[in-house]
Amino acid sequence: MVQLTLPKNSKVGKGKEWPKHEGAKNTRAFKIYRYSPEEGGNPRWDTYHVDMDRCGPMVLDVLIWIKNNIDPTLAFRRSCREGVCGSCSMNIGGQNTIACTKGWDEVASKTITIAPLPHQPVVKDLIPDLTNFYAQHAYVQPFLKTDTPEPEKEWRQSEEQRSELNGLYECILCACCTTSCPSYWWNGDKYLGPAALLQAYRWLIDSRDEATGERLDDLEDPFKLYRCHTIMNCAQVCPKGLNPAKAIAKIKHMMVERVA
Amino acid sequence: MSTNYKTPAAAARGLGSAKAGTNHHIRQRVSAIALVFLVPWFLYAVIAASRAGFDGATDFLSQPWNAILMILTLGAAFFHMRLGMQVIVEDYIAKAGMKQGLLILNTFVCVGLFAATALSVLKIWISAGV
Repeated sequence: MVQLTLPKNSKVGKGKEWPKHEGAKNTRAFKIYRYSPEEGGNPRWDTYHVDMDRCGPMVLDVLIWIKNNIDPTLAFRRSCREGVCGSCSMNIGGQNTIACTKGWDEVASKTITIAPLPHQPVVKDLIPDLTNFYAQHAYVQPFLKTDTPEPEKEWRQSEEQRSELNGLYECILCACCTTSCPSYWWNGDKYLGPAALLQAYRWLIDSRDEATGERLDDLEDPFKLYRCHTIMNCAQVCPKGLNPAKAIAKIKHMMVERVA
Repeated sequence: MSTNYKTPAAAARGLGSAKAGTNHHIRQRVSAIALVFLVPWFLYAVIAASRAGFDGATDFLSQPWNAILMILTLGAAFFHMRLGMQVIVEDYIAKAGMKQGLLILNTFVCVGLFAATALSVLKIWISAGV
């Protein structure tokens, strides 16, 4: 059976409630998942009271504020702070998203819960181990494959052909979609997941690519592709507003087209 | 604790692509389309038969078109059920032996149910002496 409950050593316990800053008038509580392999023991929920008058508008600003002012041991990934790099993906208020473009005022609940992306091994605190996710992305060979000798100038593409890539090329590989997919939770070792399949379709539909048949061969599998049951969590959580489920449906359509 | 030295690429590739699944996908869609038409007829038939009593129900199934539609409904429904149950087993049962055992059981149960129900319809139709 699939594991429906957390293993014993992953059960999250009650953690520390950090004291409020002196003089802070407008505070909001943030319940943050903490786990450190060096310290050992189970993960825990630590509560921080953030002075919202001194903090920027995004959840990433909150995390940086906590790290600077309350607890320097809090670990999380971040880089571009403008929704381009995909580093700060995490589960905020029960929904996967990227912390840099998620305003804390968008979360309705009084206390905001922040956890790492679900169903992935945790390296530390809010940092998941995405090794398998990246290996699955590599599996779809996300690069131009051709046999025709390379043209002197460039591979040409019409405006219409280029427009086919819209809604696909924008993916920043933050893994929000893949780690929100229940099918990926149960069969993540075999199912490629929405992000890798969206990228697979991005190259399948590229007019310049000459490996469409081989690409379809590599995907035609009850687990690698057909575990998508159009649950649509992927499209709901994508911080870039993309629709991986639609891309997967189009791959299935191509599969049908070549047999019937 | 044993250490897994398998590379991430080897894990992602796994046993490779099975080059299968598209036929399952097509069959599931086609049987669903058939059921879109057959299920409303089936509901009408069940309501009509339940109002007409035992004799009325057997009279209803004694009509050739009703018997044919009933057998088609049963065929499409159990076929669709076999495909759907297969997906559920594959989704939730990870252990290879148990998974394959349940998949075989699923096929046997669905084929058995179809045989039993279709024979019942045929028996009514034949015994009506049409």
